[in-house]
Amino acid sequence: MSLGVVMLVHDALDRAEQLVRHWSKHDCPVVIHVDKRVKRRPYARFVNALSDLENVRFCGRHKCEWGTWSLVNASQTASELMLKSFPHVSHVFLASGSCLPLRPVSEMLRYLNARPRTNFIESVTTEDVPWTVGGLDRERFTLRFPFSWKRRRWVFDRYVNLQRRLNIKRKVPAGLVPHLGSQWWCLTRKTLSDILHDPDRESYDRYFKKVWIPDESYYQTLVRLHSTDIESRSLTLSKFDYQGKPHIFYDDHLQLLRRSDCFVARKIWPKADKLYDSFLSDSAAIMTGAEPNPGKIDRIFSKAVERRTRGRSGLFMQSRFPRMGFENGLTGTPYAIFEGFTEVFEDFEPWLERTIGGRVHGHLYAPDRVQFAGRQTDFSGALTDSVSLRDYDPRAFLTNLIWSTRGERQSFQFGPTDNQDISWDVAKDPNAYISVISGAWSVPLYRSTGNFSEIRREAARLQKIESDHLDILRSGYSRARVRVWTLADFVQNPMEPLQLILDEIGGRMNTRLTEAPKLVPLDGFGQFLQNLKNQGMQPYLMGDYPPGADPVIPQREIRKPYLIQ
Amino acid sequence: MGVWTSYRLRLQRKRRQVRAFRKRRELSEIANRTRIIRPDDILVFSTLRNERIRLPFFLKYYRDLGVSHFLIVDNGSDDGGREYLAEQEDVSIWTTGASYKQSHFGVDWLNWLQRKYAHGHWTLVVDPDEFLVYPFCDTRPLRALTDWLDTSGVRSFGAMLLDMYPKGPLDAQPYREGQNPFDIACWFDSGNYMIKKNPFYGNLWIQGGPRTRAFFTDAPRRAPALNKIPLVKWDKQYTYLSSTHTILPRGLNQVYDEWGGEKASGCLLHAKFLDTFSAKAEEELKRNQHYAGGHEYRSYHLHLKDNPDLWCKWSEKYINWRQLEILGIMSKGNWA
Repeated sequence: MSLGVVMLVHDALDRAEQLVRHWSKHDCPVVIHVDKRVKRRPYARFVNALSDLENVRFCGRHKCEWGTWSLVNASQTASELMLKSFPHVSHVFLASGSCLPLRPVSEMLRYLNARPRTNFIESVTTEDVPWTVGGLDRERFTLRFPFSWKRRRWVFDRYVNLQRRLNIKRKVPAGLVPHLGSQWWCLTRKTLSDILHDPDRESYDRYFKKVWIPDESYYQTLVRLHSTDIESRSLTLSKFDYQGKPHIFYDDHLQLLRRSDCFVARKIWPKADKLYDSFLSDSAAIMTGAEPNPGKIDRIFSKAVERRTRGRSGLFMQSRFPRMGFENGLTGTPYAIFEGFTEVFEDFEPWLERTIGGRVHGHLYAPDRVQFAGRQTDFSGALTDSVSLRDYDPRAFLTNLIWSTRGERQSFQFGPTDNQDISWDVAKDPNAYISVISGAWSVPLYRSTGNFSEIRREAARLQKIESDHLDILRSGYSRARVRVWTLADFVQNPMEPLQLILDEIGGRMNTRLTEAPKLVPLDGFGQFLQNLKNQGMQPYLMGDYPPGADPVIPQREIRKPYLIQ
Repeated sequence: MGVWTSYRLRLQRKRRQVRAFRKRRELSEIANRTRIIRPDDILVFSTLRNERIRLPFFLKYYRDLGVSHFLIVDNGSDDGGREYLAEQEDVSIWTTGASYKQSHFGVDWLNWLQRKYAHGHWTLVVDPDEFLVYPFCDTRPLRALTDWLDTSGVRSFGAMLLDMYPKGPLDAQPYREGQNPFDIACWFDSGNYMIKKNPFYGNLWIQGGPRTRAFFTDAPRRAPALNKIPLVKWDKQYTYLSSTHTILPRGLNQVYDEWGGEKASGCLLHAKFLDTFSAKAEEELKRNQHYAGGHEYRSYHLHLKDNPDLWCKWSEKYINWRQLEILGIMSKGNWA
């Protein structure tokens, strides 16, 4: 009983030589197929270098190209030679010139000897695989692919479209159920020779010649005809990225590969000296006897694919600058915007910080300076309080702030006196919790002691700005969580809205509100609004604020929560 | 991209090629060792003036990454830098006294040398104060990156300029020859960058960092661009337009993903802010050979009188590339 290795080589011949020696030294006969594209002289040198090994053969050469029949043809030729030249071989293992054995060969032999009839080949039906590239799964088997995908993509695509339009379908030969799987297999002598000596092989070959990427389906399909003892997984650890290219292993993967307990891995970077040296040396022959467990490697590579395809939401940087609508979240973490609360409450910011925690800023988009929490001159990520820098790119200011403070909730104040350029951005951001007391901008005006005609003009301006802003928040594109109260409604009963906001934002704990911020005195505010009306302006965003009589602000008793011990 | 835009871009590229061809006369050869370049060598191209003190570390840094040959244009150095470079076995050097400004800030000269010597090579175009950091640069040589880019069918690799600065006044810690400049200037800004897309060339325009916040608060539009595409599998049809910010054909500028994913990218650590900076700024202001009428250097000059401290409470201290990747300044993309 022994293991024969069929090796397909197309470059990095020095590494291939090293691998052949390794297999051969451990009594595994090797049949090598060298791509015909390899020039005559390097090929001769390669053959020459291995001429001292008795159990190594070179088979006839084919010109190989990715995704075409030539690869199957090469493995057929090599396998035939293997079966013919080495009658004692019981399992045949298909490997490439960059497949590196991670565990001692003797251990692999023992593993196979314990399972003498098992074929290790990944083989699943097309319905069940998510990893087909280019949207072709079932169609791999029903269309014709005479053109190279790598070199003549345009013709390839056009020809596929043409066949789809004309509804041309090939018939799968009777008895075959198309299966797909990793191209690297390990078959028993019996199964392999059954496949190669099948009386219908000629018709099967003719069919698979026009299938796309037949090296991932030829053996995988035919093995189902000839064996029932199939372990549908590859002994070769091989991970693919989102474009269907194999991930490459480097020196820094050494520990990861060691711990994976896989038998063979590909693809190894040819210059990864440390990997080759440590895995091909016998000193590292520690027998673990464990089942292969590539879980950790799987995770690392699937994370890499996710990073490449979905990215980190909320991040805008040199190599991730999504178009509008493809951000997959303008920001990555929730944040809260309060509009009109600092106008109505005297000590809103410190109160909010005590109640919900996180960082509570003032008006970040204020016209005179950026009001960071504690009125610092700079903040996380080295943002500064400069208005001109902020207004140069208001959106980047927000995304930078939220990105740099991941893990800490940000809240800030906003209002019609501020730069309005971010209205659309926050309205469309599902991470924004926006609470608005509409018309609250009138409270500072009412408390100011300026010329009334100027106040009236300012009131009209702010009302227009806030009205536009509210239209944006209420538009069909808005995805933020928006709550709006009119000033009149809010001052009637401020506790209820506050409780609602806190419940939604989910502060430190979901307890009843025990401490409320202090309302600014509003005596005569109704009269102020009436004066505005008398001057010909209609203040409507505040709601129905009774003129003259000031609302009686109910002092609700707050019950202590019951304690249960 | 319409036919008209495509034609205009092509015309522009051809014009710059002709320009580079004419500007070749301004270069006189000092040491040409390009014969020893092997077909798969990685090459560094650079233009410099009076950077003698930086050269030993610069050469060592890139040799360690696996760069095989340096092709350098010396723009009239008088500090011995030219002679030093001419002695190095892996350096080819040309010199010129012609105007830096007239040659598009050195781009024309390098375009010519690249066209002549870099066809088919991975090339890295950097200034002597720019140091490339890429994912896994502590464990994998530059060749691993370029091999991976080759197998992924990627021809260009973006690396944003990351301004590094010391804590305290710039001249507090003098830089010694051969020293790692980031022993002194080890701080950077982690998250105040602003990005816009240039619809015509398709590249990003990145501004921000310490230079913008310290010198350009009043005119952020004029703040220096930080986007760079320094690593390219060169073809003689390619041409850089303005420094390494923009390259033609336009597809090479697509070093970022627009559909939400992240492409792999690196950083050019920029060791500009050392004690040598104020003297340099003074000299460049006098020569008036820099971009946008030297506005940048005027602005530096204005602020340098007060001996500014670029450091602030939120500055990050540089540790390694992984830190930059976590902060979102660069990305591993799907390289793992």
